[in-house]
Amino acid sequence: MKVLTGMLTRLGRASLFLGKVMAGIPQLFLRFGLVVKQVYSVGVQTLFITLVAGLFVGMVLALQLYYTLSTFGATDTLGMLVDLSLVRELGPVVAALLFAGRAGSALTAEIGLMKATEQLSGLEMMAVDPVERIIAPRFLAGVISMPLLAAMFSAIGILGAYSVGVDLLGVDAGAFWSQIQAKVDFYEDVLNGVIKSFVFGCIVSWIAVFEGYDCIPTSEGVARATTRTVVYSSLAVLAMDFVLTAIMYN
Amino acid sequence: MLRSIELSVGIFVGIGLAALFMLAMQASNLSSFTSDGAYQVSARFDNIGGLKVKSAVKVSGVKVGQVAEIDYDNETFEAVVVMNIDEKFDKFPRDTIASIFTSGLLGEQYIGLEPGGDDKLLANQSEIRHTQSAMVLEQLIGQFLFSKSKENK
Amino acid sequence: MSDPLVQIHDLHFSRGDKKIFDGIDMEIRSGRITAVMGPSGTGKTTLLKLIGGQLKPDAGEIIVDGQNVHQLKRADLYRLRKKMGMLFQSGALLTDLSVFENIAYPLREHTNLNDALIRNMVLLKLQAVGLSAAHGLMPAELSGGMARRVALARALALDPMMIMYDEPFTGQDPISLGVLVKLIRETNQALKLTSILVSHDVAETLSIADDVKIISEGKVVADGTRDDIVQSESPWVRQFIDGEADGPVPFHYPGASIEQQLLQGVA
Repeated sequence: MKVLTGMLTRLGRASLFLGKVMAGIPQLFLRFGLVVKQVYSVGVQTLFITLVAGLFVGMVLALQLYYTLSTFGATDTLGMLVDLSLVRELGPVVAALLFAGRAGSALTAEIGLMKATEQLSGLEMMAVDPVERIIAPRFLAGVISMPLLAAMFSAIGILGAYSVGVDLLGVDAGAFWSQIQAKVDFYEDVLNGVIKSFVFGCIVSWIAVFEGYDCIPTSEGVARATTRTVVYSSLAVLAMDFVLTAIMYN
Repeated sequence: MLRSIELSVGIFVGIGLAALFMLAMQASNLSSFTSDGAYQVSARFDNIGGLKVKSAVKVSGVKVGQVAEIDYDNETFEAVVVMNIDEKFDKFPRDTIASIFTSGLLGEQYIGLEPGGDDKLLANQSEIRHTQSAMVLEQLIGQFLFSKSKENK
Repeated sequence: MSDPLVQIHDLHFSRGDKKIFDGIDMEIRSGRITAVMGPSGTGKTTLLKLIGGQLKPDAGEIIVDGQNVHQLKRADLYRLRKKMGMLFQSGALLTDLSVFENIAYPLREHTNLNDALIRNMVLLKLQAVGLSAAHGLMPAELSGGMARRVALARALALDPMMIMYDEPFTGQDPISLGVLVKLIRETNQALKLTSILVSHDVAETLSIADDVKIISEGKVVADGTRDDIVQSESPWVRQFIDGEADGPVPFHYPGASIEQQLLQGVA
């Protein structure tokens, strides 16, 4: 019972905090430089791992599907199947998991350290709201970066599948693309994938900034908060993926 | 320092948008067919099988349009299929035959058009008179067994 | 010049089940250096955060410059905070900005001064703490004492009416200590500031404080001018100031005596 009320209290605090962060976002359009700086540390720093992971996921998918499809003589559909799995599921989800591990944990640690070293208190005493200046730009940068990263993941995954499927295994290049263009719908598949990754971006950034802001301001507290960010946001992304998929493709 | 951050963020956003653009144009159907620049033709079938909205309309194996709408006529007990056909292909004779085919053994279904010999052409909102329904696998097997048993008599 | 700038009435504050303040009354007179002293863990830093409006008390009120801190609207509280400087124990410099940018930060946030003017002001503030040559360094390159001096320059950037020092002397070498003591005394005189200084370093604090308040276990146990405190007869105050190991605050953590504990082991 006590655990439950504790969890609900935290959830409530996190929600109120999200409200405060949202309220700080309109102001950021006057200081967009703050956001650009954070897109660098949140997005650009996650770029490499996303691209490499996307490439390999696409290549593995192509290999696996090729051997299954070849038993039905349906290897022409390889590109379409890879594209659908990437755009609908793997792109948004895996990119969000990587994002939580790379950028989310870094955000929590950075904000937690700023709290532990009294930088956030210091800003407050300088009559500067740290939620507006420190938290909101990081949150917004995460929300902006996530759909872009997921799109890159999917796109490079398709290229990886092309290189394995067409160049290595001999699937017809024309069939590869024409099947994709015939069966993958822009609104149904691509746009829904973008919506998913946007939602994941909000969730991961929210958890990351909240855990950092709410952590116990000691070395141990920051370390625990960082771990919690990765665990909670991974679970939240997977659970939310189920909900979104059920809504979008029922 | 600040300039190089701005540059790398610019590159990052650029690659991201390019990837989105590729997903939209190259890796989905967005570029392949749009309904503007198309004219509509309808056809009636006894059975459309697994035909769906957005299924392809092909002539000689070339895609010329897609299914825009599928409805059921309560009076005649027939399926009514409306197709969008690209206006580039506007010389179909009036007696063109529309059939529902299956691509491959287990593939999806599409409408195949076979141009006839009439001088008059199909116009926008006109109807194709000659149609052939989808082959249903169970019926085919039934017919095959039926004819076999007749042979054996 | 001796009317109170900060008045605290019947302040109660607790963290979880632990009572930090149990009815504190205090007046801090303007233009003077007031030291708030007490053993570690008595909530001296908490008191500063309450005065700054970062924490809300359970009961009681704090009035700064005629305004009740905890009933102010957000915008008014922020306006009041611009008149309060605070020097944190760790300096609390923004680690991703240089020394120069750290001091320029409050100026850029709250004024519309042009870059040339800001540059002059920052360099003058740094000159006052003896670090104008260090304006290009990053906070990570500063020693603890230098970081505190930079933080002092930043706290002074907006020309506040009062400044709060949180444990400024902790963990400093004797030279830094001397510099900080000198800086605190001189800025207070030169800028006609009101200073609140929280510390448990007795010698340094008593060397500059005009008034001294001693807090222990949620109560004010001594309140007076420096001379009152130095000459106090109270055994508690004497133990604190003279740093004796045993006295009203026992050497042994309260509980069962060692004899009882040893006998328990036998039985």
